[in-house]
Amino acid sequence: MMKRILTALAVSLAASATPVLAAEEFVPAVVFDQGGKFDKSFNEAAYNGAERFKKETGIAYRDFEVTNASQREQALRNMARRGATVITAVGFAQTAAVDKVSREFPNTKFCLIDDKLELPNVQSVTFKEHEGSFLVGMLAALASKTGKVGFVGGMDIPLIRNFLTGYEQGVKHVKADGEVFSNMTGTTPAAWNDPTRGAELAKSQFGRGADIVFAAAGATGLGVLQAAADAGKLGIGVDSNQNWIHPGKILTSMVKRVDVTVYDCFKTAKDGSWKAGHRLVGLKDDGVGYALDENNRKLITADMEKKVEEAKQQIIAGQLQVKAYQP
Amino acid sequence: MTQPPPPALEARGVNKWFGANHANRDVSLAVPKGTIHGVIGENGAGKSTIMSIVYGYLPADSGEILVDGRPVSVKSPRDALAVGIGMVHQHFMLVDPFTVIENVLLGAEGGVTLAAGRDRARKELIHLAREYGLEVDLDRPVGELPVGAQQRVEILKALYRGADILILDEPTGVLTPQETDHLFRILRALREQGKTIIIITHKLREIMELTDNVTVMHRGEVVANVRTAGTSREQLAELMVGRKVLLRVEKTPANPGPVVLSVEGLRVCDRSGVERVKGVGFTVRAGEIVGIAGVSGNGQSELLEALAGMRPIAAGTVRLRGEDLAGRPGLFNARALRRLHVGHVPEDRQRVGLVTSFEAQECAILGYHDEAVYNGRVLMDRAAILSRCESEMEAYDVRPRDPTLRAANFSGGNQQKIVLAREMERNPDLLLVGQPTRGVDIGAIEFIHKRLVALRDQGKAILLVSVELDEILSLSDRILVMFDGHLVGEVTPEQADERRLGLMMAGAA
Amino acid sequence: MAQGMASKGFGMPGEVPGWVNYALLPLLNLLVALILSGLVILVIGENPVDVLSLMLVEAVGYPEAIGYTLYYATSYIFTGLAVAIAFHCGLFNIGGEGQAYLGGLGAGLVGLAMTGWPWPVVAVAAILVSALFGAAWAWIPGWLQAKRGSHIVITTIMFNFIAASIMTYLLVDVLIKPGQQSPETREFDPGTWLPSMERALGWVGVTIPASPLNLSFLWALACCALFQLFLWRTRWGYEIRTVGQNERAAVYAGISPSRNIILAMLISGALAGFVGVNEILGVQHRILLNFTGGVGFVGIAVALMGRNHPVGIILAALLFGMLAQGGGQVSFEYPNVNRELVMVIQGLVILFAGALENLFKPQVESLFRRRGSRGEGRS
Repeated sequence: MMKRILTALAVSLAASATPVLAAEEFVPAVVFDQGGKFDKSFNEAAYNGAERFKKETGIAYRDFEVTNASQREQALRNMARRGATVITAVGFAQTAAVDKVSREFPNTKFCLIDDKLELPNVQSVTFKEHEGSFLVGMLAALASKTGKVGFVGGMDIPLIRNFLTGYEQGVKHVKADGEVFSNMTGTTPAAWNDPTRGAELAKSQFGRGADIVFAAAGATGLGVLQAAADAGKLGIGVDSNQNWIHPGKILTSMVKRVDVTVYDCFKTAKDGSWKAGHRLVGLKDDGVGYALDENNRKLITADMEKKVEEAKQQIIAGQLQVKAYQP
Repeated sequence: MTQPPPPALEARGVNKWFGANHANRDVSLAVPKGTIHGVIGENGAGKSTIMSIVYGYLPADSGEILVDGRPVSVKSPRDALAVGIGMVHQHFMLVDPFTVIENVLLGAEGGVTLAAGRDRARKELIHLAREYGLEVDLDRPVGELPVGAQQRVEILKALYRGADILILDEPTGVLTPQETDHLFRILRALREQGKTIIIITHKLREIMELTDNVTVMHRGEVVANVRTAGTSREQLAELMVGRKVLLRVEKTPANPGPVVLSVEGLRVCDRSGVERVKGVGFTVRAGEIVGIAGVSGNGQSELLEALAGMRPIAAGTVRLRGEDLAGRPGLFNARALRRLHVGHVPEDRQRVGLVTSFEAQECAILGYHDEAVYNGRVLMDRAAILSRCESEMEAYDVRPRDPTLRAANFSGGNQQKIVLAREMERNPDLLLVGQPTRGVDIGAIEFIHKRLVALRDQGKAILLVSVELDEILSLSDRILVMFDGHLVGEVTPEQADERRLGLMMAGAA
Repeated sequence: MAQGMASKGFGMPGEVPGWVNYALLPLLNLLVALILSGLVILVIGENPVDVLSLMLVEAVGYPEAIGYTLYYATSYIFTGLAVAIAFHCGLFNIGGEGQAYLGGLGAGLVGLAMTGWPWPVVAVAAILVSALFGAAWAWIPGWLQAKRGSHIVITTIMFNFIAASIMTYLLVDVLIKPGQQSPETREFDPGTWLPSMERALGWVGVTIPASPLNLSFLWALACCALFQLFLWRTRWGYEIRTVGQNERAAVYAGISPSRNIILAMLISGALAGFVGVNEILGVQHRILLNFTGGVGFVGIAVALMGRNHPVGIILAALLFGMLAQGGGQVSFEYPNVNRELVMVIQGLVILFAGALENLFKPQVESLFRRRGSRGEGRS
């Protein structure tokens, strides 16, 4: 036992004393935020992107899930110190940590998702969630028989408000007198992982007359979608394409291609085309969109599809302005 | 002559350790069938321990228990009942909102539905009640019954479960003399019917009056097994304490001075707003002990606590040395009263008078902890506290004499001495005393009584509340009797005898 | 009195030596927790000895790790003391989380407002204001308990949620730095930051690696000493303990239970509020969501394991600091040992050291009593 401890001690001392600088070896890494990599939503999308990279290239990646605020910086630094070539930080909460650690390790590449940060070795990506939400809002309004639709958010933060604001504009774009009921699940991170509460909120919205509900709430959304399926109403998924969860009972999903972003980040770093700087991706770049597949084909009529595609082209062309939430 | 029948209950060489404490040391006793057997001893003498072993609450470390000559293994009260041993506890194990019959049935329902068992039980109980004079209204909730009747319910419970040997733990502590007489009549009737009774008590008078044989215990050992007819109170007391004791308090007639406390029309309510003291008036003079007699629960506790500033008064005047305190919360609270030289020895030392988890020296300043002598600017003066406690322990012979020992680790008598020393050594002008000797060894009782009389002789006023008639009679210069929140009479100890006081305490005179 | 406390333990019969209660039992509980953790690690296919020894190394094996461990311990000391002072008054304050959160708001507002002031002034102001905010947040449940009888467990846990809602509202709608996604304030001016231990030791020529450990660790130790003096050496501490041990005796002694309940909660809230000084002024340098991350709840386990005594609390806080730091790092080397498994290990320690603190107590004590009775023994 003692010997093992001493060995481990020696190893980690070496690790901490002499940072292993980026060798020829290519080591990608991901630091997930507090939701964890299996949150069925945002972090999991990043995980899927990393997995896809691993599957295609056969290159393994390191990952870490933070559990408290001060671990973010620690985890990023640890990754860099252990020789990671490119580190993806998932979630805006890591912005400050990336800001700090990327300056300490100028030779390491960082990708930050969901916030803007401009540094020579940082690539940051934000999404126009409001644009994708606008389209699913339109679909909701077109499919609704009551003219009333619901929205269940996770934690009440600017990002989720951006989903809501786009969704509302989409609904009103179709039906000026359409009503949107919105609820946030809570004010703590537990709000991302409370399917029971999500189902309750969805049911209460059905009780008030809504027949379609959009869940932008991580794992909480699973409860929302389940409640919709159980009540014979329609749900709308988020982040990943969630249409398959309840085929025929999910109108569509507002997809946010975090997986693509993570994959691209690793891929470009590998082949040398990686660039620092900030990217804002929207409908135009296929960074966001709505999902249409065999699971919801029957729910989207040709007329609906035509109207939504028209709006999409107008947004891309800049003829139709969707306002983002301004914190 | 033929072999005598085996005893109903016998203990042979029972030993029990609690850690380092040898609570039962080779305890042997035999209780012949159809007799009433007394077990006496001071607190901590081991009498409750041996009975707990018999009833299956505690396992013995060694020794055996025999019922009707056959060794039995009693591991739980259920086992005890199975061999015919029943117990009536000092604190009743009854469910107040349940009726008498429901309480009797509890745990012995005897059927899937209650109704069948209930009908059977009713017949049986009516029979039992008639046979032994155990009349109670079977359909009243137990909580509505007087204490004496609740005790009869406990006895019924034991009998209904088939007990032939009945153990009663301090059964008269909560009873009026009349209720005590009633209980004794029942116990004698049970004996007539061949039941065997064991009564644990510290009251020598009851032993002499009721029992056939008596076992005396001292420090975990049986020091005597005697026939009651062949002994005396003095001899039993000596055996219990291990030395000669004075059972009567020696005191000279009082020499009362000016009025220290005068109370008029005092009304006090309890927490739930029920009036417990319903307009009482009396005075206490310097140099006299005024005793308030009464059955527990007739308002004397509330009276004492109100006078000590522990609970608000609803109406009336309370004058201390002529100054009215009522309506002046700045003066009439526990903290201020101490500064006005009012001492208070509360009825319940463990739950009120002490903090049992505190060290003795911390307890010695309870209520006086903010006096300047114990405090510096910020920190308390530990040396002053320690020396205060040491001198009080010395003066009151508290054992062990260790100021850093936790209060819980002192015996009842020594705990009471810590409280008394704290309150009396500060020379209060008025001392309020509740149950000064409850649960205290005979030796310590003698000491405490002497101290109270000495304080009186220094010209201090003492108000004594006690449910022990002996204590009231031997200490008081005047006796007030309290019943249902009223003072129903005043007598001098010379005029009073137990019978007359008993009738007054029961509200019948 | 204080030595008595340490030598005999709470309300324990005198014959069991103090170190049994304070050292042997916690170690025994810890050992069982680690053995069970080892079994869990074995089940997922890793070598428990390797994993646990790596955990130990990552917690205390090199200076940076020690820095992190002590940084975590700092917050745990504050919340452990907070739980303990309430406990000494007979109250179960499980609102440390919310009080720490609000304390962070207080410290953060000081950091935002005092740009340009020298850091010692900012630090003193932040200590005062975070104490004020934490105390205010604890005062309401304390007042409700004292005057209205609302149970403190219920109210404090509700106040945790209310604190989270308030902070979310403030950070999302009011204090957020415009133009950013993350609900955080701007960063404080570096001149106002509470110096890290690395910086502070640098002034005296000692070089240590960077870590979040900052000067608030010293304040935590000072709080432990003050706690000890206050509770066992002052009349106010005496009154609080009296109320906690025996409320009727307190009334008898003229000590107002309601006043002391409120006082104990104010101190408790202030102590929890100091977490804000450590986290916000010392480490994050901005107010952000959920920076408390459960320290209020860990404080309960720390107080339980530390037997509500400052020395015990320091030791327990160090242990939990080691678990937080070492546990977090293990998953770098052992991807199988993910954060859920680390939580299982931490949970087992809390379970055995905190909730099941009396698991082996009767057996061990009777062992010692029996031995004691042969020897000295007190009659």
